[in-house]
Amino acid sequence: MRSIAVVGASLAGLNTARALRRKGFDGTVTLIGAESAAPYDRPPLSKEFLAGTVDEADIGLGEPEDDGLELDWRLGKTAVRLDTGDTAVELEDGSRIRADGIVLATGAGANPFPGALGLRTIEDAKALRERITPGARVVLIGAGFIGAEIAATAANLGASVTIVERARVPLSGPLGAELGAVCAGWHATNGVELITDTAVRSVGEHEVELADGRVLASDVVIAGVGARPHVDWLAGSGLRIDGGVVTDSQCATGIPGVVAVGDCASSHRPFAGRVQRIEHWTNAITQSAAAAGTLLGSPEPPAPRDAIPYFWSDQYGMRLQFAGQRAEDDTVSIVDGDPASGKFAATYSREGVLHAVLAVNNPKQFGRLRRDLSTQQASVVALA
Amino acid sequence: MISVCSIDDIPEGEAFRFNADVPIAVFNTGDALYAIDDTCTHQDASLADGWVEDGCVECPLHAACFDLSTGMPSGPPAKKAVRTHQVIVSDRTVYVAINETPAELPVGEEIGVA
Repeated sequence: MRSIAVVGASLAGLNTARALRRKGFDGTVTLIGAESAAPYDRPPLSKEFLAGTVDEADIGLGEPEDDGLELDWRLGKTAVRLDTGDTAVELEDGSRIRADGIVLATGAGANPFPGALGLRTIEDAKALRERITPGARVVLIGAGFIGAEIAATAANLGASVTIVERARVPLSGPLGAELGAVCAGWHATNGVELITDTAVRSVGEHEVELADGRVLASDVVIAGVGARPHVDWLAGSGLRIDGGVVTDSQCATGIPGVVAVGDCASSHRPFAGRVQRIEHWTNAITQSAAAAGTLLGSPEPPAPRDAIPYFWSDQYGMRLQFAGQRAEDDTVSIVDGDPASGKFAATYSREGVLHAVLAVNNPKQFGRLRRDLSTQQASVVALA
Repeated sequence: MISVCSIDDIPEGEAFRFNADVPIAVFNTGDALYAIDDTCTHQDASLADGWVEDGCVECPLHAACFDLSTGMPSGPPAKKAVRTHQVIVSDRTVYVAINETPAELPVGEEIGVA
């Protein structure tokens, strides 16, 4: 293998390029990014960057050491076709990059809602920053993590914020109804109105009409209604697509020399026993090492702890951390602190085995529980 | 040299955090005491809340690992080392000599800001 093209220059793509070099690959590495901005960290876009406490330079993912990687950068170039027969990537501008190995790291984009703004890129965040001013009437569509974080930042900036959520309890998917309700309660205590069990019918220039006929006056309307992977350009490539690009647990697709990593990959998860597309920041980091190892023929299974999904969310000064995956029949137990106090830790168990842990403002307990979770899950996977 | 706490305040595997120019944490690995800057160089998180194992502490937020004796990170996401400080125990009192080099802080954090 003499040349590798990495399609996607964000967290997953950049870290895969770094991992290739770390593992000794000295051929050409071409890093293709659809955005013209140098790689940056997305989690702060809904928090510190939106609040204006950090700037573009602060959230850059680049490090001085990256200069030594001798990467062939192609930023502002969108890939439009993958030729798996010749292992080549065709770009929007008509150019073609042939390589012995291909890394698919194209990520995901925010699902659009007609008439509403979204938040996925630094340009999106800058547009929101301009509009979210003291006294502005901000309506969020969706009370998931992105919606809740934007709401918290907007409220802190002095905006008048309303969130409209289709589900009866926000975050009941990832956290369950009981603890989803605890986190949803933070909106009211911070002066943000939460309307649940209600869909948005339409977004007008200065108002939002709800399915029940209510009309909310608005200056800014922002949708946080999930993301979809950038995989449309791979249609006809011969790759199996199921949500994202289907891979094994080490990021290998069905086509030799092609790996997929991060938000665009539907990878086999030993933890879940099936293929899952995971959009977490930590997943992009963990998978980048695996993808590089697979491509170079030196697989490197992740540490047991890294094999378990993990995400965090910061909102209203609360730090939420979650590891694992819950199911409807889990037994939820508060094992430390008290949800009413704003500091607690909870476990989700089935038949006496830990399946997920949640902590709020309790990183120390979270670290311990996450260890217990990975130890228990490692033995479950080993027995399977 | 700052008098920090009694050695009994730091059980094995735990840390004691105190404020100097920036927050500093003293860790007890069972074999020795180590003092390092408490704030992860990647993003704002307290290393005193992290997991201590094999002479390293793992950041509770993104699992960056730092060597307690050198302050060096073992891999991503942290790139910069935390400062290390000299620890001296006398009459069961823990003293720390603050390293004079400036601290590495994550973006958006300033010295003196809680």
